[in-house]
Amino acid sequence: MRVTFTVNGSRESVDDVWEGESLLYVLRERMGLPGAKNACEQGECGSCTVYLDGAPVCACLVAAGQVEGREVRTVEGLADGGRLDPVQEAFVECGAVQCGFCTPGLIVQTHALLARRPDPSDAEIREALAGNLCRCTGYEKILDAVRLAASRKTGAE
Amino acid sequence: MTETIRARAMGRPLERLDGRDKVVGQAPYAYEQQVTDPLYLHPVQAVIARGRINAIDTADAESLPGVVTVLTHLNAPRLTGDGDGDDRELWVLQSDEVHFRGQFIGVVVAETSEIARHAADLVRVEYERWPHDVELSADRDDLYAPDKVNAGHDTDTDVGDVAAALADAPVVVDHTYRTPMEYNNPMEPHATVAVWDAGGLTMYDSTQGVHVVRQRLAPLFGLDPGHVRVVAPHVGGGFGSKGAPHAHNVLAGLAAQVTGGRPVKLAVTRQQMFSVVGHRTPTIQRIGLGAETDGRLTALVHEVVEHTSRIVEYAEQTAVVSRMMYAAPNRRTRHRLAALDVPVPFWMRAPGEAPGAFALEVAMDELAVACGLDPVELRIRNEPDVDPESGRPFSGRRMSECLREGARRFGWESRDPTPAARLRDGWLEGTGVAASVYPRIMQTGNRAWVRYGPDGRYEVGIGAVDIGTGTWTALTQIAADALEVPVEEVRLRIGDTDLPEAAVAGGSGGLSAWGSAVVGAARAFREKFGRHPSAGDEATGTAPESPAAEDFSMYSFGAQFAHVRVHADTGEIRVPRMLGVFTVGRVVNPRTARSQFVGAMTMGLSMALHEEAVLDPRFGHVVNHDLATYHIATHADVQDVDAIWLDEEDPRSNPMGIRGIGEIGIVGAAAAVANAVHHATGVRVRDLPITPDKLFH
Repeated sequence: MRVTFTVNGSRESVDDVWEGESLLYVLRERMGLPGAKNACEQGECGSCTVYLDGAPVCACLVAAGQVEGREVRTVEGLADGGRLDPVQEAFVECGAVQCGFCTPGLIVQTHALLARRPDPSDAEIREALAGNLCRCTGYEKILDAVRLAASRKTGAE
Repeated sequence: MTETIRARAMGRPLERLDGRDKVVGQAPYAYEQQVTDPLYLHPVQAVIARGRINAIDTADAESLPGVVTVLTHLNAPRLTGDGDGDDRELWVLQSDEVHFRGQFIGVVVAETSEIARHAADLVRVEYERWPHDVELSADRDDLYAPDKVNAGHDTDTDVGDVAAALADAPVVVDHTYRTPMEYNNPMEPHATVAVWDAGGLTMYDSTQGVHVVRQRLAPLFGLDPGHVRVVAPHVGGGFGSKGAPHAHNVLAGLAAQVTGGRPVKLAVTRQQMFSVVGHRTPTIQRIGLGAETDGRLTALVHEVVEHTSRIVEYAEQTAVVSRMMYAAPNRRTRHRLAALDVPVPFWMRAPGEAPGAFALEVAMDELAVACGLDPVELRIRNEPDVDPESGRPFSGRRMSECLREGARRFGWESRDPTPAARLRDGWLEGTGVAASVYPRIMQTGNRAWVRYGPDGRYEVGIGAVDIGTGTWTALTQIAADALEVPVEEVRLRIGDTDLPEAAVAGGSGGLSAWGSAVVGAARAFREKFGRHPSAGDEATGTAPESPAAEDFSMYSFGAQFAHVRVHADTGEIRVPRMLGVFTVGRVVNPRTARSQFVGAMTMGLSMALHEEAVLDPRFGHVVNHDLATYHIATHADVQDVDAIWLDEEDPRSNPMGIRGIGEIGIVGAAAAVANAVHHATGVRVRDLPITPDKLFH
């Protein structure tokens, strides 16, 4: 089947999509967007988090056909040209990145959290990111990064 | 003593050089390497734990549109060699025998990964089932002593007369401790992309060591090592499980031989990882401590029973920690194995030390309680003057300082030792302490080159890898200091067997080995070309072992503190605070190092409270073989975790003065939590993980 949807602001059509394919597969294998990662295939780890019509979802759980006519935004679509989003900046600055495999999912999830809750409490951050597993960092620096990004986003407004 | 390089970039919290690529999703991991017109692989796995394949029918799979071929033991290319020893794990599709459930018995090659997966389900297999056995127990009559245990340690040691010392000791603590089968679960599942053409085999692999993959695979495929290239610029974690190639690498190499040069891509699924990429063996450990009433140890017994696979012997060195940690004059250690029909166990972060120190450090807490002594004080009283195992002085052992500094920061002095005495708002509160240790390991055979480029920058090459530890950044800092130039003038190249031979990122020894080679190359370069080289000048250097290694015992140490709250009604366990104080030689990059320490401590928290793979004895598989049911600590489980380190360098270790940091943070962390749970509740849990059911008797 053909699936047509908007990815990172650009309208795209993909042909020969098998009905059983996930959005994650379409993004990674058919559209050359490897940012969202495949790490569990069952919505447990959050590594494949992308925006679907403005809401963060696990792309591994979304059937390709479900995105017909809708809008997807991936980690590749967060930076403004060469300028990193404050969330991306804060992750590098705070040392919240190690192996980097969970990072894109966490960045999209954080971006979504700050969009709906510009000044989250620590408990809200921990809860919001509890579905994004990280095996390297121990999460503390991720928390720092979210706080820093929040302060910069709030300050910039 | 080696001549150390002057620290200018080292010690600075340089931001991760690979950080930008990772936050925009552009750092290429193995599966994302651009290759032309690839085919996709999906393995077929055995659904019995032991037996023989009588028939394997691939007709339905092969008739599926998009399927190129299905390889099984009947038609797969033959491997070279005799398939003995460690190669038995890699000896896939070479015979009809099944040695563990989940073993690869076939692979589908198809135009898409979805088609390959679908086709793999269509392969029909008839088995001759043989009885299997996957149950570990300490009273099996077939336990045996391996010749050696992992990392070349002796299997057993005996010093003095333990039996007499235990019989005479006024205080004796003697218990059995258990740790479960655990899985590394790096976030990036193992993946490989293989290309077989006239030039040989190229493999883009998710590995902790490109050279070890080449060294193990080249002979299996009958190739000269020079015709095997392994590339790994970015790796999404490993924690030991990517320290050697596994069966999927061989599967990809076999498949790549039959595609007429088209690349093949194989991503191991999370579920498959529970069968084919290693795990931490479960352990049953007896610790017997004899002591004077003042807490001074007179006897230490550490006897370990653990499993290995029937096909490859992996003997974890669980009791070695008890050979050098405390000054007990009489000591005995034992390792006994049960060879079972289980997947091949392998390294998981701090193999040996992590489960071994859990048992030893909980036992030490029990001894403190038995002697009425503060557990910090008990450990300080048992600090040895020299390494009890080798008799050599330590290059540095500031264990007592770690304990005292941690106690001061943690507010330990006001601690009431009475267990189960602090009930606040329905939560029982407690604190615990444990010691950490990890050996300084120097892997040999490393080389590096330095080239001066036309752009005025120094290119530094070595086949090291960055599995998330920060190699790109920290090794650049070392190179800059070795060349005495700013980091901006260094361009590091790693992650490719086209670069000089490098050790695996393992044993907390990657940076020590690679950094030493880089320093060797920089010194050779300066000697040859001085301070003003010309474009194209190049020199190679090696990493000799430090001469002090013969005279000194080298370990890193630490003290870990944990504060827990246990819900009095439900047994829910929360860990509001963990603190680690470490002595590790120099820290090259505080930003990446802190993340390593805190991440490892969190993995220790996870080991304490969550991680347990459950083997079903009837079928021989891990029941909870995914991230939905094999639980690891999440963001909501972690609260305040902090790590600090003593300011120092260890010039006896290497020219950087470092001893390695990747693993020590997990050692002792689970014990600190377990000891805090006892302090909170009065319940001593000796069987990980500490789940609420174990708190109610």
